[in-house]
Amino acid sequence: MSDLDTSEKILPGTAPAEDVIFQLEGDADFDTGEMSLSIGPAHPATHGVLRVVLDMDGERIREARPVIGYMHRGFEKLAEYRDYRQIMALTNRHDWLSGFCNELGVALAVEKMMEMEVPDRAQWIRMLLAEWNRVLNHLMFIGSYALELGAITPMFYAFREREDIQFLLESATGGRLHFTYNQPGGVKIDLPKGFLRESARLVDETRSRLSDYVDLVLGNEIFQARTKGIGALPPEVALAYGVTGPTLQATGVPEDSRVTEPYLKYGEIDVRVPTGDNGDSFDRFAVLLGRVEASLEVIDQIHDHIGPGPVNTKLPKMVKAPEGFTYVRTENPLGQLGYYLHSDGSKNPWRFKMRTPSFSNVQVLPYLLEGQLMPDAVAILGSVFFVVGDVDR
Amino acid sequence: MMPLLDVSVAEGLVAQSASILTLDNFWLSALLKILLCTVMLMVVSLVGGYLEHKAMGHLQNRTGPMEAGPHGSLQLVADGIKFVQKEDIVPRAADKLVFAVAPGVALVPALLGFLVIPIGPGVWAEDLEIGLFYALAIGSIGVLGILMGGWASANKFSLIGGIRAAAQLIAYELPLILAAAAVAVQAGSLSLVDIVESQATMSIFGTPVSMWFVFPQLLGFGIFVMAALAELSRPPFDMPIADSELVFGYMTEYTGIKFAMFLLTEYGGMIFMSGLITVLYLGGWQALPGVPLPGCEAAAGISDCGVWGTLLGVGITLGKIMALVFFMVWLRVAYPRLREDQLQKISWLVLIPLSLVNIAIVAIGKVAL
Repeated sequence: MSDLDTSEKILPGTAPAEDVIFQLEGDADFDTGEMSLSIGPAHPATHGVLRVVLDMDGERIREARPVIGYMHRGFEKLAEYRDYRQIMALTNRHDWLSGFCNELGVALAVEKMMEMEVPDRAQWIRMLLAEWNRVLNHLMFIGSYALELGAITPMFYAFREREDIQFLLESATGGRLHFTYNQPGGVKIDLPKGFLRESARLVDETRSRLSDYVDLVLGNEIFQARTKGIGALPPEVALAYGVTGPTLQATGVPEDSRVTEPYLKYGEIDVRVPTGDNGDSFDRFAVLLGRVEASLEVIDQIHDHIGPGPVNTKLPKMVKAPEGFTYVRTENPLGQLGYYLHSDGSKNPWRFKMRTPSFSNVQVLPYLLEGQLMPDAVAILGSVFFVVGDVDR
Repeated sequence: MMPLLDVSVAEGLVAQSASILTLDNFWLSALLKILLCTVMLMVVSLVGGYLEHKAMGHLQNRTGPMEAGPHGSLQLVADGIKFVQKEDIVPRAADKLVFAVAPGVALVPALLGFLVIPIGPGVWAEDLEIGLFYALAIGSIGVLGILMGGWASANKFSLIGGIRAAAQLIAYELPLILAAAAVAVQAGSLSLVDIVESQATMSIFGTPVSMWFVFPQLLGFGIFVMAALAELSRPPFDMPIADSELVFGYMTEYTGIKFAMFLLTEYGGMIFMSGLITVLYLGGWQALPGVPLPGCEAAAGISDCGVWGTLLGVGITLGKIMALVFFMVWLRVAYPRLREDQLQKISWLVLIPLSLVNIAIVAIGKVAL
């Protein structure tokens, strides 16, 4: 007999007191106090295994406590036992929706320490793929956020768009999610023939399809009623919590590493940073759509700039960073990603610390959720964009 | 005054218009009537469910079920077989009796509702004098099962779902009844068969016209459809289920055949409400306003029909029901979910005042014309 079957011990109606969750014995004893509700770790709204414990009074939230760590996979420690090329395959996994941007950060850190010259074409290719990865990531959140508000359809269409982009990236990298295409000093191999033509076609296609999301999701009355004024985040609070990315930009702060501290060739092109006014869920979603649009503009510019040339540099058999440390920050789709790399001169990093955007974004949840309604909690959880793997590492 | 009503008022409370299912043999006719209700619940609901699967699929850039039967048409049957085989899990802290009874309490009203819905000329189980009242009353019992299920599951998500369903019912029963009352005023009867027939035999200033009630009562139609969606917990008013917030609302702890009963209740409720809307506003089994069915003799060509006329009438009613089901599916595909308090606001501040205005307009029109 299975462990689940304990029905014999408890007769109907005589369940032990601790098992009775809701007890009603006359009006005087009617307990209308707070109820603790545990959302997650396996709840549809937490996409992943984030757990949020809510103290609720009816449907109103008194206090919210995010509980993280259910998906801790020890990437920082694992990285200390991998060489620099192997670390690429680790880092594109912590935020599985921005694999390329993650490994780009590692490559930049190693190159900075080794003072490596990266060929122009490799830099443009990296930017091109990083922007496509950004579009890929944002499409996922556009679909899943609508799903959280009860609109099931945008998810399927977002995946249709994603499929085309993933096919494009697969043609260059061989991967759909974990690309492992970067290496210190450039990218593994050159782009396949016809890649740029296909990429240009996809820009037009994605742009035309994006207007559907603006009309049908952003313009929907119910969507606006559910998101406008919900979970408003003041810019100073966002900065105090270290919130970055679309969540920060929605509060009106135009912070974007590609503009404020350009890496690769971002200094040579115009990067538009969309911002919001109120920092509420609606603005966060609007900024997300705006960022897709901005990324497509960047991709257009990259197409104009990219020229022929080598795509990588000859590497020694064992890549060894010289003794010392560095910190590289890049604009990941979800916000600012920082890699602190400390090397003792051997083939492995001595310490490899990640500053992931999702971790900082989740920290602000207690501030945002306090005093909100339960359905709004879902509207807020979905709009503070995070990937649980990126929180727990 | 419609001549038809004078006849019906003189009759008793029960069975004023003869159903073709009424035979000399009492048991045989009772069996036929039970069969009609069961077919409506078991077969027509599954067709509605299949329509939902396929329509949602194609609207969402996918195909929907394809494997079970031709084009996946037997998918829901396969689902039913699967549900029967599943383990029936009862949470340890659950109130076992209430937990077990709840799906039945939800399902039986959906079955009983079909008793009064006329689906063709002479094709109805019972034509009650108070048919409309009965249909609305029976329809609101179902939420009791939902509340019971939510309470007995000993799950906080279920409880919130159950409470939301109850709150929604209280808010939306009122506009639903008020909108239906306007129809009863215009038809001059609570019998659903009379309501259909009066949509073919209206008279304005003594001139007979055939007019479905959706045209004079467009406002009431809109209110009724919206309230019906809320009462059925269909998107965009599916807060009691709200899968992204409450996991699956009051159904969270249910498995196997009990879950299937709740699911069947939902599809049955959809068919029942669509049937009611068809009868109240869309002229029941009339093909088009003023177009008589072939082979029919009395009352503007919509009753006392031959075999083919009857079959055609049934087909037309079912077609209208499926069109309404498609409309509900379309809403589900197109819209996000409202919040519970926003829903309550819409009901108390917009729909109820509007439905009172609707009744006033209809009553004035009835007296003036």
